[in-house]
Amino acid sequence: MALPLSYNVRNLRARWKVTLLAIFGIALVVAAFVTILSMARGFNIALSSTGSDNNAIVTQRGSMSELTSWIDIGNANLIAVDPRVARGADGKPLASCEVVVITTRPRKGTNIPTNITFRGVTPTAFNVRNNIKVVEGRTFTPGLFEVIVGKRIADRVSGVDIGSTINIQRKNWKVVGLFAAEDSSFESEIWGDYDAMAPAIGRNGGCESLTVRLTNPTVLASFDKDIRGNPQVQVQADSEKKYYENLAGSVATALIMLASFVAIVMGIGAVFGAMNTMYAIVSQRTREIGTLRALGFSRFSILFSFVMESVLLAIIGGVLGCLIALPMNGYTAATGTNAFSELAFAFKVTPGLLIIGLSFAVLMGFVGGLLPAFRAARMPITRALREA
Amino acid sequence: MSATEVANKTTAVSVQNVRKFYQRDSMQIKVLDGLNLEVPQGEFLALMGPSGSGKTTLLNLIAGIDRATSGRVVVAGTELGSLSEGQLAKWRSRNVGFIFQFYNLIPVLNALENVELPLLLSPLSKRERRERAMTALRIVGLADRSKHYPGQLSGGQEQRVAIARAVVTDPTVLVADEPTGDLDHQSAEEILDLMQTFNQEFGKTIVMVTHDPRAAARAHVQRHLDKGVLTN
Repeated sequence: MALPLSYNVRNLRARWKVTLLAIFGIALVVAAFVTILSMARGFNIALSSTGSDNNAIVTQRGSMSELTSWIDIGNANLIAVDPRVARGADGKPLASCEVVVITTRPRKGTNIPTNITFRGVTPTAFNVRNNIKVVEGRTFTPGLFEVIVGKRIADRVSGVDIGSTINIQRKNWKVVGLFAAEDSSFESEIWGDYDAMAPAIGRNGGCESLTVRLTNPTVLASFDKDIRGNPQVQVQADSEKKYYENLAGSVATALIMLASFVAIVMGIGAVFGAMNTMYAIVSQRTREIGTLRALGFSRFSILFSFVMESVLLAIIGGVLGCLIALPMNGYTAATGTNAFSELAFAFKVTPGLLIIGLSFAVLMGFVGGLLPAFRAARMPITRALREA
Repeated sequence: MSATEVANKTTAVSVQNVRKFYQRDSMQIKVLDGLNLEVPQGEFLALMGPSGSGKTTLLNLIAGIDRATSGRVVVAGTELGSLSEGQLAKWRSRNVGFIFQFYNLIPVLNALENVELPLLLSPLSKRERRERAMTALRIVGLADRSKHYPGQLSGGQEQRVAIARAVVTDPTVLVADEPTGDLDHQSAEEILDLMQTFNQEFGKTIVMVTHDPRAAARAHVQRHLDKGVLTN
């Protein structure tokens, strides 16, 4: 029979100072680990929930983003009536002709200007992208200089509260509402009415992008092939989702690489920390180990007991680390994109990440405890009994 | 019980031509040199001798916590050299009770739990374990201290708890290494009384290493070791 777990619990309690230090060490590593992963997760969510597989974004052939694209209104209308473009309840094609311009606003706190995408949309945009919800105030009135602001931008940028006025392209735009878009990057944008905005920014008679809802995602390849083959329109179609993923470009990969690297380095450091603590605990208890062995406890039960003690310590640290990381859930950060505008995203501390954080703690405890436990179990009984 | 009566009983410990060497760097240190010893069942034997004479080494070999370089050590009918590490651990839990100079109680366990500890290796139920541990504590006169931790007990009381732990599994042999070495005169007397009780009333074979002539006087037989050989 193995030594009871209560023996380990009491040992941890008896050496509470060392225990507490080790627990805090592990807790901080787990907290940092979970926070970094939650940032990567939030960033991934912002990217992967932007755009739908059902939607295609049509831009000028050869352009990398909407900013460098132009589609004449006549061509836009021609594309919109393609049979592969779905139609709404009113029978009209689900196609949204949009114009974009980059504007700068000061960040809250630092006042450093940051780039924001200002998008002019028609009412169809809300049908093509059905994840847009006005969460505060109301939507803009067509024809008026009114805008709604994505909630992530509202969190990060000053002067965009409901009721305030934003000056863009020498026109004053009144903020009438805040919108959410399921954590996607649209929440980092400001939206206004196409008819009011296009003339104001000098983009009459066309759109920079045309987002269409396809009858089903499988027709995208043939849709793209056909419109590319039409010399009259000179456009290309991409999956809307893929378009936004590409827009974030290498930033996403770099962020995830950084998160993994930092986590691994910290993890190794924490394992050494846990090991150091366990070595100290083992050397303090050498005579006790000798006594237990003399009484007949096997090497395995000693090994198991010490590893369990280390794992127990790590679990407490892991839970504490998760609790420290939890308030980071929803914290908004931002990074630049290939479209020169800010992509804000919220840290997402999901239950899955907490489980990963705890598992990481258990692994640290296990690896950190194993070598010292092995040393404890291997020691000759007569030598262990002689130790002070 | 006289020494003659003891001698007529079966042998509890038989040490036959045992040598024990330690290797230190390139030097071989001879600790026991062809030692022979027979301890009949029920005997109370005191091993005496100067420091470094090999008496603790001999005790460790009898207790099965060390192995002889050559020769045979047979305790309770088992030749210890033939057992694997795991078998030896199991054998110790059933056949040997340890009494150490510094008591070696587990500080985070109370008196009752310390006494119960060796019983964790037996198939007894939790209730049976508790009952037996309590009985052992009662015999050593510490039933009222069962919930006390080692830090809350005097040296003499700690050693009595250690004796209760040593006898709780009803072992064949009790091995004691300087059991009174850390105690005042009165506590030492109490411990020796207790050991004598276990020897006389419960028939326990005791092998005790001691420097203390008063402790040795309680034994049936005193053997002296010098430079790894028995001199009497």
